[in-house]
Parts: sequence; structure tokens; C-alpha cells
Amino acid sequence: MAHAATHDHHDGHHGAPSNFFVRWCMSTNHKDIGTLYLVFSLLMFFIGGSFAMVIRAELFKPGMQLVQPYFFNEMTTLHALVMIFGAVMPAFVGLGNWMIPLMIGAPDMALPRMNNLSFWILPFAFALMLSTLFLPGGGPAGGWTMYPPLALQTDSLAYVVFAVHLMGISSIMGAINIIATILNMRAPGMDLLKMPVFVWSWLITAFLLIAVMPVLAGAVTMLLTDKYFGTSFFNAAGGGDPVLYQHIFWFFGHPEVYIMILPAFGLVSEIIPTFARKPIFGYKAMVFAIASIAFLSFIVWAHHMFAVGLPLGAEIFFMYATMLIAVPTGVKVFNWVSTMWGGSMTFETPMLFAIAFVILFTIGGFSGLMLALVPADFQYHDSYFVVAHFHYVLVTGAVFAIIAATYYWLPKWTGHMYSEFWGKVHFWNSVIWVNVLFFPQHFLGLAGMPRRIPDYNVAFANFNMISSIGGFLFGASQLIFLGVVIHCVFFSKKKAADRVWEGAKGLEWTVPSPAPFHTFEVPPVIHDEELAHGHVED
Amino acid sequence: MTSGGIRIKAWAAAVCALFAGAAWANPRPGQLNMTRGVTEWSYRPYLLNNVALGVCVAIGILVFGAMFIAMFRFRKSRGAVAEKWTHNTMLEIVWTTIPVLILIVLAYMATGGLTTFADTTGAQMTVKVTGYQWKWRYDYVDYQGKPVEHVGFMSRLDALSDETRELRSGLDPKAVQENGENTYLLNVDHPLVVPVGVKIRFVITAGDVIHSWWVPQLGWKMDAIPGIVNAAWTNIKEPGVYRGQCAELCGQDHGFMPIVVKAVPKAEFEQWLAAQQKPAAAPAPAAAGSAAAPATAQVPAAPAHQG
Repeated sequence: MAHAATHDHHDGHHGAPSNFFVRWCMSTNHKDIGTLYLVFSLLMFFIGGSFAMVIRAELFKPGMQLVQPYFFNEMTTLHALVMIFGAVMPAFVGLGNWMIPLMIGAPDMALPRMNNLSFWILPFAFALMLSTLFLPGGGPAGGWTMYPPLALQTDSLAYVVFAVHLMGISSIMGAINIIATILNMRAPGMDLLKMPVFVWSWLITAFLLIAVMPVLAGAVTMLLTDKYFGTSFFNAAGGGDPVLYQHIFWFFGHPEVYIMILPAFGLVSEIIPTFARKPIFGYKAMVFAIASIAFLSFIVWAHHMFAVGLPLGAEIFFMYATMLIAVPTGVKVFNWVSTMWGGSMTFETPMLFAIAFVILFTIGGFSGLMLALVPADFQYHDSYFVVAHFHYVLVTGAVFAIIAATYYWLPKWTGHMYSEFWGKVHFWNSVIWVNVLFFPQHFLGLAGMPRRIPDYNVAFANFNMISSIGGFLFGASQLIFLGVVIHCVFFSKKKAADRVWEGAKGLEWTVPSPAPFHTFEVPPVIHDEELAHGHVED
Repeated sequence: MTSGGIRIKAWAAAVCALFAGAAWANPRPGQLNMTRGVTEWSYRPYLLNNVALGVCVAIGILVFGAMFIAMFRFRKSRGAVAEKWTHNTMLEIVWTTIPVLILIVLAYMATGGLTTFADTTGAQMTVKVTGYQWKWRYDYVDYQGKPVEHVGFMSRLDALSDETRELRSGLDPKAVQENGENTYLLNVDHPLVVPVGVKIRFVITAGDVIHSWWVPQLGWKMDAIPGIVNAAWTNIKEPGVYRGQCAELCGQDHGFMPIVVKAVPKAEFEQWLAAQQKPAAAPAPAAAGSAAAPATAQVPAAPAHQG
């Protein structure tokens, strides 16, 4: 069906431009911009990862061996900023760019020039932010949350604030583009409730982005004026309130957390049905669960602030609201398991990562539930228990989903199969070492080790050493990933079929592999039985 | 990295920590679970932690168990043929309702813990805690209804830890010990001395940036925020030395401003307090070195050091 459409004659723009600069820097093609996003994200993943290696090396044993405490704080701060805004978010935008038009039968994104701009802002934003490491006074060291008054002591504040503004502009433009594409550019017959779950998850995520990125911009702008223009938004001596910043920041920050996990839910909801050869269990429930998690994300922000001395009523409200999130999240996990139940499963690398996602993300969800209980949180808060929690949801959650999606669609992007053997080597190394890395951090937190400290009492030595060993090996394992991707892109001889995976359903598998430069110039004719969700009953 | 004997000791400590949280006052090598704490209230987070963990483990066994059974039974290589169903209304109602019921139980327990913690009334003693970069100040405000005058001091990282923690100091953190207990980064020059069996109200604030006052044995932490005064309370049941750390990133030496609470019997505390209140105590060198310390700062007499 759609296959024929891609071979239509259409004068003018057929292949990609041959000039490197024209092709990559001036691109308005969703596939090329998607590739740029993904490559950028991978680069940031390794830069942020190298900061993590410094952190784990210093924490390898008690005593200060490698870096000064201030530099350690720069590392924790920049590790978070780079991984969140540089690695995870651009990876999702890249996957969305590449796949959303292919999944809904659109020829490109709705706003292709803005697409180019929203990507090309990012390298400048990160160059600006990372340049602070080489400036006198050093980089930001007050944590990625930039709580005042501490953040106001940083000399590089203006650089970071401007970089965050740029990232915010990029994210907002990306989100507008995705919403415009999904709402306007679906092929005839691709009803909203026939869209892949990944497209749904991005639609909802895009609304979250538009809602909260301006809030972050406002918060950091107030930091800027507090430091340089004599305002007192967050200065108690001038009638302000340091806690106000935390409320504003987390009103952005909690939806931000879900911005980094909802697309991952979507990805896993694509991958598991493919390799279970069985449609997703409870499609509408999955979509509704994502929407309700997104809604709840706006009314739980103060659970990051249980120790700031909130009034009793606020603590109770935010505790109950937070606990509610466990219900839709539980539904999603149960639905993934039910999708597997009664299927006919094979375990290629994308499926392995997706299964690891379900198990390990759920462990992160469990510790999240524990953290919601305020009296227990009085102990957990700002301890390594929290560090373990959010790395389970972000690394074995978001990052594992991104890796799974990369293996899943890499043959479609490149036209070649990756090495299944090395993919599995990468998987087993990742899944083992990531647990060696993060699981002991639960124990450290429970025993009383605060987060963001460069040195610790001898009692914490054993688990820190185990964690560091896991960290180094997990980091090294990602070089295998790099190798597999490079091999697949440039050297693999094994041609990929159009429908790469036996159980794969959806429009993206109806175009050739590699996906041609232009696809769906004529909208495809939709046949419900070829869609993953063509027959939604309940 | 350690000899077998030490490893066995570590595991023994871990087992003790796991099953008898109160047996150890401070973090132990290999400690796996939260401490039970030593106060009237501190068992609440501990109990809540254990119950929530138990619930999570039980759900985990069910869910992951189902996954592993599915992965084993429904493999293509075993000839499994995919079924077509995608709904089961009964099942979906059940797995939405049961979690809600579990959450209600947890919420009930947590709310009880919260309301008791929020009640700072009826305290017989008040201590003001102020966080500075990078030390704590303790001021005794009142005791048994009577105001306490001029008892307050700075509490900072002990000299031995401070020397050892310098970059490439060449000193061994394991050698920083007190009474056979490793106190590296968990010891101070002047601990906060408090009586046992007395409801103590803490009023907590900060002088520069946000800090957080956390002693795990007391069961809570509370942020110290410039311009805001937070309140919390404790009632310690057992005499002992309880160690904690600043829990909110506060700059380069955030990791180096520990908290030590020395809980002593009432009579001993009253003696100590009386000794502190004696006028004309010469300004001690420790306090003189601190620019942030108000002029009235006094340091406790030597016997107040834990020993």
C-alpha cells in the first residue's frame, strides 16, 4: 500500500543534498534532523557519563583522592544537566522526529524550518554551559536544581541561566512542532485512537513541555535578577522567600520527570507487542494511564520538598496525590505483562532491553512509592536512597527505553541489521552492571549517607566501592553500544527487510529500509489490520 | 579488599542492623536497612519503611513472577502461538482496586506518623539550630520553662577528620577513630548535648544558604533555611552519641559539616548546663576563629566532649 507512494515521481527534491553542510546544517528533513538529535544525544550521553565516572572514581573509597570538593559539585551538577537536557530529552525528540511522521503517514514534520532551528540551538546552549568549566570561577556547582541562595554564589550563573533559556526555547519549539504534526498531518484514516502508543505518549509529553518549560525559564530568570539586578524574589532579607524558588522549580521539575519517562512508556508499548506477536493489552487504558499520570504530575511537586517545613495539610495533600500515581503506573506495568502473556515471544536485543525496562523501572517505581510516604521520606530525603530511586527510573527506565528503541528502529534507519551478538553482549553487560551500580545505593541511603557529598565515613566504604565498580563497567559497556551503532551504520553487510521484525505492525514498516529521504509524499491508504491498534474495541 | 574475618564481622553487623535496628547507634559497614532510631517517634519511619518495602517485595514477586512464567511459557522457540485477546475487564478492575486498597492502608499509617511529628507542643526544652557554611551553631533557648542565657556554641568538623579529608592528605580515614568507632567525617569539636527523656523542640534556621539538619537516629531531617524558622521535636530514650550530616547541598564543604548529638541522663545534663551558664568563661580559640560566630559564643567545657 504505502510502499508504492514513496516511489511516486515528484520533481525537484528527491535524494538528500550531496553537500555536507547543506544536508546537515540547513536540513528541514525530519529524518536528518532526527539523526542530528540522536547523534547529539549520544555525544552528550558520553560527556555526561564521563562526569559520572569522575564522581564514582572519587567515591571509590573514603578520603579525597582525585578532585577538590568544589569540582566534585561541578561534576554532579553538570552530570545532571547534561544527562537530562542533553541526553534524554533530545533522544526522545530525535526518536519523535524520525518516527512520528512515519508512524502517522505524514511526509514530514508540520514546521520543518522551526525543526531545524530547535535542533541547532542545542549545540550552542551546551557549548555555553560546558564552557563554564574552563572559565575562571568554574562551572555551576549548586546542583541541577539551582536552589538559591546557594546558586547565587556561583559566578557562572548567567551562563547557565542563558543556556537553560536556550534549551527551553528549543524544547518548546520541538513540542509545538510535534503537536502540530500529530494533530494536523495524520494520514486520512489514522484516527487519534488508532495512533501508536508512542505517538500518543509524545502528544501528551509535548503538552507537558509547553506547560512547564516557561515556568523553568521564569524561575531561572528570577535567579538572574536576584543576582545581578538587585531583586529579592528569593532573598528573605528583602522580603522574598527561598522556598518560593523550590515551589516554582518543582512545578516545572515534576512534570519534567514525566517528560523523561512518558515517551519511554510509549516506546516500550511499541516494542513488547512486536516481539510478543500479540497486540498491546488494553490500548485505551494505556493511553488513559499516560494522560492521568501527566495530569497528576502537576499536583505533586511538593513531594520533592517534604523536608522544607511544609504545613501539615500540604504534606498530607502532596503525599496522597503522589501515592495516586502508583495506580495508573501499576496499570501500565500490568498491561505490559499481560501483553506478554499468551504471546509468542522471541528475545532480540530491543525486547531484552524492553523487558529489563519493565522490571527495573518497576523497582524504581517501588522506591518512588516508599519516598511518597512522608514520615519515611524524612529519612530518605536527600540521601542515596533518592539517588538510587531516580537512577532506576532514569537509567534503567528512560535510557534503557531509548536504547531499546535504537536497536528496534536502527535497521529501518540504516537499511542494515546490527550485530545481534554484540547487541546481546551490550544488553547483558548493561543490565548486570547497572544493578551493581545502583542497587547498593539503596543501602547507603538507608544507612544514612547523604547525596552530593564527595567523601564519606568508612562505614559506607563497601557499598560505595561496589557501586563504583558497577559504574565503571556500566560506563565501559556503553562503548559496546557505540561500536554496534557505528558498525551498523557504516559496515554492516546484512540488509534489513522492510518489515524488519516478524511481529512488527504499523506504517513505519511499510516503507523501504533504509527509509527513503522522502516518505508518504502521497498519504498512504490505511488498512486497519496493518496497524498495531487498528481494531480498538473497548 | 578486607580479610575474611572483617568481612564476617561486617555481615554480622549487617544482620544486627537488619533485625535489631536499635542495637547500633550509627552507620555500620554493610548496614542494609533504615535504623529504628532511639526516640519516641523514630520507630514510625522505620515501621513505615519496612511495611512499604514488604508490600513492594510482595507485589514485585507477583508481577515479576508472572513475567518470568510468561517468558518461559510463551516463547516462540517452544512453539507458542500468539493469542489474540487484548482485554479482560475483570482483571483490569481487580488490579486497579487492590492497589488502591493497599495505598489506603499505607496512607493511614503515614498520616498517623505525620500528625504526631507535626505536634511540637508540650516541649520542655528548646534548642535553636543554625546552619552556616560549613558548620552548625547551637543555642540553648530554654529548659524546663526557664530561659537559658548565653549558652551557645559553634560545632564544626573535628580537627583529625578535617586534616584527613584534605585532597591527597596521605592520612588514612580508617585511622580516625574514637573509642574503637570510626568517626571519619562524623565527629565534631563540640557536640550538641541534650538530656534523654525530655521533649526537645528544635527551631531550625540558617545564616547563609539552605542546609538540612539530619540525625538518622532521631528519625527525621529538617531544612535550615535563611529567613525561615522551622520547628521539629524529639524525645530521646537512650543515652548515647548520635551522628548525622548536613543533608542539603550547601557548597563545597557540604560533606564536611557533621552533626553529633550527645544524649545524657537528665542530671548529668543539668550539671553540664549549669557549668555552661557560669559567666566569664574565656573565649575559647575554637570559637574565636569563626567570623560568623556572634560575640556571645561560648564553648562548652572540656568534659562535654564525648568520651
